[in-house]
Amino acid sequence: MGANPTSAFPNGIGASSLRKEDQRFLTGAGNYTDDINFPGQSYAYFLRSPHAHAKIKSIKTQAASAAPGVVAIFTGADLAEAKVGGLPCGWLITDMSGQPMKEPPHPPLAQGKVHHVGDQVAVVIAESYLQAKDAAELIEVDYDVLASVTDVATATQPGQPAVHDMAPNNVCYVWGHGDKAAVDKAFSAAAHVTTLEIRNNRLIPNAIEPRAAVAQYSRSEDAYTLYVANQNPHVERLLMTAFVLGLPEHKVRVIAPDVGGGFGSKIFLYAEETVITWAAKRVNRTIKWTAERFESFMSDAHGRDHATKAELALDKDGHFLAMRVKTAANLGAYLSTFASSVPTILYATLLAGQYTTPAIYAEVTGVFTNTVPVDAYRGAGRPEATFVVERLVSKAAMELGIAQDEIRRRNFIKTFPYATPVGLTYDVGNYEATLAAATKIADVAGFPARREEAKRRGKLRGIGYSCYIEACGLAPSNIAGALGARAGLFEAGEIRVHPTGSVTVFTGSHSHGQGHETTFAQVVAERLGIPFENVDVVHGDTGRIPFGMGTYGSRSLAVGGSAIMKALDKIIAKGKKIAAHMLEAADSDIVFENGNFKVAGTDKQLAFGQVAFSAYVPHNYPLDKLEPGLNETAFYDPTNFTYPAGSHICEVEVDPETGVTKVVSYVASDDFGNIVNPMIVEGQVHGGLVQGIGQALLEQAVYDPESGQLLSGSYTDYAMPRADDVPNFKVDTQVTPCTHNPLGVKGCGEAGAIGSPPAVISAVIDALKDLGVRDMAMPATPYRVWQTIQNARA
Amino acid sequence: MTVKLLLNVNGKEVEADIDPRTLLVQFLRENLRLTGTHVGCDTGQCGACTIHLNGQAVKSCNILALQAQGSEVLTIEGLAAANGDMHPMQVAFKECHGLQCGFCTPGMVMSATALLKENPKPSEEQIRAGLDGNMCRCTGYQNIVKAVQTCAARS
Ligand code: FES
Ligand code: FES
Repeated sequence: MGANPTSAFPNGIGASSLRKEDQRFLTGAGNYTDDINFPGQSYAYFLRSPHAHAKIKSIKTQAASAAPGVVAIFTGADLAEAKVGGLPCGWLITDMSGQPMKEPPHPPLAQGKVHHVGDQVAVVIAESYLQAKDAAELIEVDYDVLASVTDVATATQPGQPAVHDMAPNNVCYVWGHGDKAAVDKAFSAAAHVTTLEIRNNRLIPNAIEPRAAVAQYSRSEDAYTLYVANQNPHVERLLMTAFVLGLPEHKVRVIAPDVGGGFGSKIFLYAEETVITWAAKRVNRTIKWTAERFESFMSDAHGRDHATKAELALDKDGHFLAMRVKTAANLGAYLSTFASSVPTILYATLLAGQYTTPAIYAEVTGVFTNTVPVDAYRGAGRPEATFVVERLVSKAAMELGIAQDEIRRRNFIKTFPYATPVGLTYDVGNYEATLAAATKIADVAGFPARREEAKRRGKLRGIGYSCYIEACGLAPSNIAGALGARAGLFEAGEIRVHPTGSVTVFTGSHSHGQGHETTFAQVVAERLGIPFENVDVVHGDTGRIPFGMGTYGSRSLAVGGSAIMKALDKIIAKGKKIAAHMLEAADSDIVFENGNFKVAGTDKQLAFGQVAFSAYVPHNYPLDKLEPGLNETAFYDPTNFTYPAGSHICEVEVDPETGVTKVVSYVASDDFGNIVNPMIVEGQVHGGLVQGIGQALLEQAVYDPESGQLLSGSYTDYAMPRADDVPNFKVDTQVTPCTHNPLGVKGCGEAGAIGSPPAVISAVIDALKDLGVRDMAMPATPYRVWQTIQNARA
Repeated sequence: MTVKLLLNVNGKEVEADIDPRTLLVQFLRENLRLTGTHVGCDTGQCGACTIHLNGQAVKSCNILALQAQGSEVLTIEGLAAANGDMHPMQVAFKECHGLQCGFCTPGMVMSATALLKENPKPSEEQIRAGLDGNMCRCTGYQNIVKAVQTCAARS
């Protein structure tokens, strides 16, 4: 750990530099949204629907308004009267029939109807939080409770309650992707077909910091400031101003300060921050809102929740011929910000995995239900795709009696670039390298002996594989636009060199745990040849940063880092001109190396700091040709996605008496392209793996099918992975640099969550295979595993 | 109705008139503006609010401020030495990358220091069991365990 001995710069690219942000986080000096207070602030409490589906007959607020400390109460009617719009969806999916998806209105406070438990009905603003909460109890809402539907697999059947009248059979869209005729033909000629029914379990993101916001309005400037726990403040501002509140963007500043984890759930524009921003002007007070955890469960966008039928056609030697996938994806009660794209664009395009499967067809039905909206959660579509592909492959290998690694090798893509049948072109990869590394580290050769040894202890040991791929570095704006994105997906960066040669970097990426203040500073320090300590990174403030699309989809370094590299190129190009003047040489004779501008082939040189100083004190400076100052901004739009990929091998032990499954060994060999900070990358992998293991073994959002109540609405009912639920991981990286961005990086934030669920589940199945078990649903809880064993023995 | 509260927080005597319903975590965050102690849940399960009360790790969302009457409270803000040098556990967390978003971190560090006081040389299993009351959604726990081991090995 620490300095990279091979780099000229102790904290340059490749060094496990300790993090700049840690001092404040470790000493209690972090500045999270709920830590921010202003004199005279008021507090908001949201009254939420106790019903999954109901008509609102009336709302009476008189008694509540008279309660102590109440400043104001607003309902959907107030917002409608003020012409506040609905929360928008940022991605248009076009139905197979060419029709646009159904977009039911998503009012920030319910109008006429509530559509899920937790739906916002009214907001109370009061002098204290407790006063707001107490007053909310006095609001009388007369509901006419309607039948509800929560289960994605059955919601589209005839006779089910309609969540929205405008969406018959609760269908938002039926979307098709791939060559159906080619797939059907391949299936009819196949020697073997492997079939799976999959429920990709519904998850609740549960960042440990609950969502929070503080909204201010300044009468003197007629402008708003919103502090919000959010992953992409510029996107938040764009959506809120242009689509909902009808405000000019330059009058709204959005600041996402320290954010305590996001995992996707803090990408989206939510009702609460929208309502308090609007209300801040109405009541002319600063308004603060912090979610209680029970509200996080019922109002943060959930993840996954697919019901899928998947088939893989193979020839007699185990070569993949075609894949056919039919998925019903739960979208929840309303379309959240990126909800429509997750089970389509981010899912079906990944179904080739690491394999040469020549024909693939997917049909996805987006389904409305009376549940919390479902949107991107760490991996977003790609874990669901990986689970389909890798479970099919593992099951096919079992059925055909081919070794798990061998069936994968037989089908690996080996030449690049490779155009898949589902619309992506992989620029580069080396799947054999990660599989070989993982096999070695996991000591697969020793597995039979470990299995025997476990048997003697009464435990059933199994091994599972997962060779995943993801498309990251979202995204080439023109491709995304052609696929329905309603926003660009570039990134912006600004390098501000100060007169003494220190640097402030402004990035549109946002860090909520990823450590950008460190990683980005390493990139800048190395490129400019200046001390790491002299570089500060600023993120999360629309008032200070030129623009930004934020952090999700493992895009920060690949896209945000590339924007910084482009800005650095401009800094160096200008520096060369300044240096040429000062050294009395031609521009073209200046080279920049190790932090010095040199006249090539001579010992004449100027340090970076001297040139920076000259840019701000331009006494000896080409003022006739060049502006003073050294400050450059760049926007970078990627030309392709990046394709991190890897091989994971998991071993579990199942106690047949209790059904308890323990992950006893986990090896991940990942190819993230070049790596700037190996320590941070490892940490990202660890965290992702535990979220994936959580999905495989523990986590499950449960709705009561009758009442539509969220039964897993607290930490007592929703099993979060804890320290003693998971093992130590062995993490390795192999490197094939990305070919199309300046750092050669691919992204690492989601890999663990994408790769691990099928590895764990396949290991559980392998442990139970002698009992005849061939499938296992997630989460593989002790009860479910025990029941499966009992059924198998019966 | 308010009640007088007297206690010692991070080595300083504190006196305040408070609503008797005030939770200790609220008192620390809102009255004293010691915002390093975080709130991650409403059911006493995440551990983000962990502090030391008379040397014991306690979830400060689970007790009333009045229950700390006359006690000594140590929060994350008081853990470093008077000259600002971080506590060895803080140093170990930094060196082992035992934190990412930092939100669980104050509670995690307070639990970890209490754990080592009880058991100065814990096994990996004992560390994992000992931190069972603290959730982290970011790190996957491995580097937190490593930090505690590192700190234990150094003392
Ligand atoms: S805030 Fe979660 S245990 Fe105290
Ligand atoms: S570091 Fe983010 S929750 Fe632990």
